[in-house]
Amino acid sequence: MAKAKKPPKPEELAKIDYSPPETGWMDTPAVFKPGTFCYGARPKYLEEVGFPNPREWSSADEDWKLPENWKEIVLEGLGDRLKKYRSFHLFMDICVRCGACADKCHFFIGSGDPKNMPVLRAELMRSVYRKYFTTGGKLLGRHAGARDLTYDVFKEWWYYFYQCTECRRCSVFCPYGIDTAEITMMARELVNLLGCNTDWIAGPVANCYRKGNHLGLEPHTIQSNIEFMVDDIEEITGIRVEPTFNRKGAEILFVTPSGDLFGDPGTYTCMGYLMLFHELGLDYTWSTYASEGGNFGFFTSMEMAKRLNYKIYAEAKRLGVKWILGGECGHMWRIVHQYMDTWNGPADFLEVPVSPITGTRFDNARATKMVHVVEFLADLIRHGKVNLDPSRNDHLKVTFHDSCNTSRGMGIFEEPRYVIRHVCNHFYEMPENTIREKTFCCGSGSGLNAGENMELRMRGGLPRANAVKYVNDRYGVNMLANICAIDRAALTTLMQYWVPDVDVCGVHELVGNALVMKGEKKRTMDLRLEPLPGMEEEEEEEE
Amino acid sequence: MELKDLLSQKKTSVMKRWYDLIMQTYPAETAMFLQAEKDPFANPVGSTIYRGMEGIYEGLLRETDPEGVSGFLDSIIRVRAVQDFTPSEAVSFVFLLKDVLREELKDDVDPEGLLVLGSRIDALALSAFDIYVRCREKLYELKANELRNWTSKLIERAAKAGGRGQ
Repeated sequence: MAKAKKPPKPEELAKIDYSPPETGWMDTPAVFKPGTFCYGARPKYLEEVGFPNPREWSSADEDWKLPENWKEIVLEGLGDRLKKYRSFHLFMDICVRCGACADKCHFFIGSGDPKNMPVLRAELMRSVYRKYFTTGGKLLGRHAGARDLTYDVFKEWWYYFYQCTECRRCSVFCPYGIDTAEITMMARELVNLLGCNTDWIAGPVANCYRKGNHLGLEPHTIQSNIEFMVDDIEEITGIRVEPTFNRKGAEILFVTPSGDLFGDPGTYTCMGYLMLFHELGLDYTWSTYASEGGNFGFFTSMEMAKRLNYKIYAEAKRLGVKWILGGECGHMWRIVHQYMDTWNGPADFLEVPVSPITGTRFDNARATKMVHVVEFLADLIRHGKVNLDPSRNDHLKVTFHDSCNTSRGMGIFEEPRYVIRHVCNHFYEMPENTIREKTFCCGSGSGLNAGENMELRMRGGLPRANAVKYVNDRYGVNMLANICAIDRAALTTLMQYWVPDVDVCGVHELVGNALVMKGEKKRTMDLRLEPLPGMEEEEEEEE
Repeated sequence: MELKDLLSQKKTSVMKRWYDLIMQTYPAETAMFLQAEKDPFANPVGSTIYRGMEGIYEGLLRETDPEGVSGFLDSIIRVRAVQDFTPSEAVSFVFLLKDVLREELKDDVDPEGLLVLGSRIDALALSAFDIYVRCREKLYELKANELRNWTSKLIERAAKAGGRGQ
């Protein structure tokens, strides 16, 4: 029996050693602290999509139940990827460790953990690459910055590559343009080869594969959820909008993240789309099959992401639409912009998108045939095709969070700001080094928006929250608008911890509030069914 | 010299020593960054800690009760409550001030004066403990809320569907 530990004496208690350990990073294994990592994937999710090594396991356990030849599998997988992706091979070799990226990562800034410096996070993998794939590393070992792939090193990869949201802020500052997100993607592919995914990612992947969306909503549920929104819109405006589902021959297919169909405040954004499309008389349809714009497969492997993405074109073809309109989502747009055409194109059965209202031809979307709803709306506003009353949002002081994927992944900077300025009278920017291409991540992207890793999310979101706090203190900002479904969910929680005075909304919620619809009744409520400040006073006067 | 004047006079050196000690609770590479980067948006942790320290020290100088400086304590603890610290490490920075003051003032203040000052810092430490617990409770509440929001949406919908059927 273990000897009972004596309670410390008061003078011992007073001698707390505040300083952290001084071993080098190679010799300091990752400590799995609850609150900083996600649960391991359940076997049923892996089985459903044919991922390897499905078993009951916990990331907090010593034994991860890896196959006997786990090391061989990882090294072979690493070798395959070095051959397949030239960029990855280059990123393994080219870093000169200048440190320009080191302090640009929101996780490093928030946590203070040096292994969250992008350079060091990448070094976790580079050290193994050197050992097995370079002559210098094979001969000189540690002297050349090389180390063996051990069980601890594998766990360290898992721990830290699930502390990167693939936001690419570090790559903006890298003089070589090294994309750390790509390194993280490769690392996640490698851990996935051994069935070491997270439950929060694997569940949505399996749902999406079976039912077309992350939440696993079935066709009738999607339809009834939207009908509830239709009821709410009628209560607010007196107008019954009439969306259609899986309608063949519609001109446009509309695809949005499933978070907009179920979770608040995403649903209010969705109501904004419904109202706008109704007002325009747009010939569009929803699909209960291509019912997800997001793609958690992207956080497992390129092959899985391609499989999940395929349904969008397949459905567009089946329904015979001319082009596709996409909702407010983050990584969906990075995939559309950078991968979709390569994976599942060419979409030669579709036409180059042309706005049926303004006649604008979206040549920028001629490859993918898919237009962002904010871009579509900015064009409508530019042509004076929508009637907006921004004073309905006068109780809001709005700032805009650039989502990592739409800003750094495809360069959408102006359109959302242009729209916001037309639907709100009070708009304030956060400081320059926290917006546009230098935007700070919400801290929960790339599948890290689980509940069990809440401390990690709060750390990662600290730099963003800090900038929001500044505009809250200085201008009284009380609404954080964005164009990403994960942002809408994650920033809401983030604000409750760091800046509780600030609420979160999608841009189309603001649009829905400001939109003057033909034949609508006097608005007294906003899209949240809450009284519109100013309007309720008039009601009392009338009484 | 009055204790208040002495504290005011020693402010720069106390703040520097205190900040250095707090920085030592972070890994060396991190401490370098936290101390070197002056932009509050590039370095929210370093700037939040420093601003909080200033507020706490001013409070001590003006003999404000712990309630009066709770906002400053909160700003530092809110950060450290989600970083890799144990509860005692997270609030340790308050006691570090006691060490610094003892060193800085030992030749100018009699033992009784130091005891009085020490008691005031102890009161701050107790307040720090309350704040730390509140921050951690908030984290658990946020976890629970995210989960509850999903189910409450379902219940709300079910209730509406029931109402619509009537």
